Amino acid sequence: MLHIVNKSATERNSLESALRLATKGSAVLLIEDAVYAATQGSVAAAKVQTAMADLQIYALGPDLDARGMSARVLDGVKVVDYGGFVDLVTEHNCCQSWL
Amino acid sequence: MSDMMDDMEEGGEGVVKKFMFVNRKAPHGTIYALEGLEVALISAAFDQDVSMVFVDDGVYELIKGVNTKGIEVKDFSKTYRALEGYDIEKLYVEKASMDARGLTQDDLIVDVIALDSAEMANLMAEQDVVISY
Amino acid sequence: MKIGIMVSEGPYSHQASDTAYLFARNAIEKGHSVPRVFFYHDGVNNSTKLTQPPQDDRHVVNRWSKLAEDHGVDLVVCVAAGMRRGITDEILAPGFRISGLGQLVETGIQCDRLVTFGD
Repeated sequence: MLHIVNKSATERNSLESALRLATKGSAVLLIEDAVYAATQGSVAAAKVQTAMADLQIYALGPDLDARGMSARVLDGVKVVDYGGFVDLVTEHNCCQSWL
Repeated sequence: MSDMMDDMEEGGEGVVKKFMFVNRKAPHGTIYALEGLEVALISAAFDQDVSMVFVDDGVYELIKGVNTKGIEVKDFSKTYRALEGYDIEKLYVEKASMDARGLTQDDLIVDVIALDSAEMANLMAEQDVVISY
Repeated sequence: MKIGIMVSEGPYSHQASDTAYLFARNAIEKGHSVPRVFFYHDGVNNSTKLTQPPQDDRHVVNRWSKLAEDHGVDLVVCVAAGMRRGITDEILAPGFRISGLGQLVETGIQCDRLVTFGD
């Protein structure tokens, strides 16, 4: 399963719920305002770092760039472009958006 | 209608997929709960393996004793009881979401199966199509 | 692979329609097909030809129309959600059509993946 999260983790609980309900080995892709959670210094970063033990965490590069956050990405988070987003969708049997 | 869509229709006969509708929003503040319910009702006509799950504020959709007269909005909470008549019988709530809101199954308008978070995660992971609001 | 898309928010207020469009365009560029995009909730507001953004901004509606024209993407606006929000055949941009919610379920059945973009 690919879990897609688009909400800022410091505004809503979407990321927290996605991480709680993702099975081990699943992938989580952060897009739009969710990318802030994958950056150093965010209070949400600890949750993402803990989750990396069991989950693959990805962040959408163009959304990081648009928010001036590309240089702050956490180690271990894989940055993908829209083509990489498409690949993640096709590589997983199903995807779920946490709106 | 495109050629691609024609191809799609040829392959569609008799396919039964596991569909899950994930409700995570409270009713009335936004329209997602109501329009989400409309999708679930329509899906019944397609003979798919449908589950509806209520997680986070979505559990508030199922509360008993609703009175919407004062906000002049339709009370659609009773429609959840009609789901059974459409053969949508798999209704699940996440126990942690209920606990976090001080709710028990006695507070709900329909019978549901309460799953712990790991069970809910496994159920989600089994699906072919997940539509969430 | 056949990838269906649902868009649940209108243009400009949310990024959902932009992200959905860029995802769809990249999927097609990678050789996948996007047979249908289903517009639901406020997503129905992506379909009106009355949309007039400032000239230096992207035109979200025309971009969808062009994708439909170039790649045969079926742009379906939910009838019930559209009627609630004043979307009728008279104001549809090219490439869009109004149909029932069953088209969303059908997309889920017939495509290999269904990706939702919303808020």
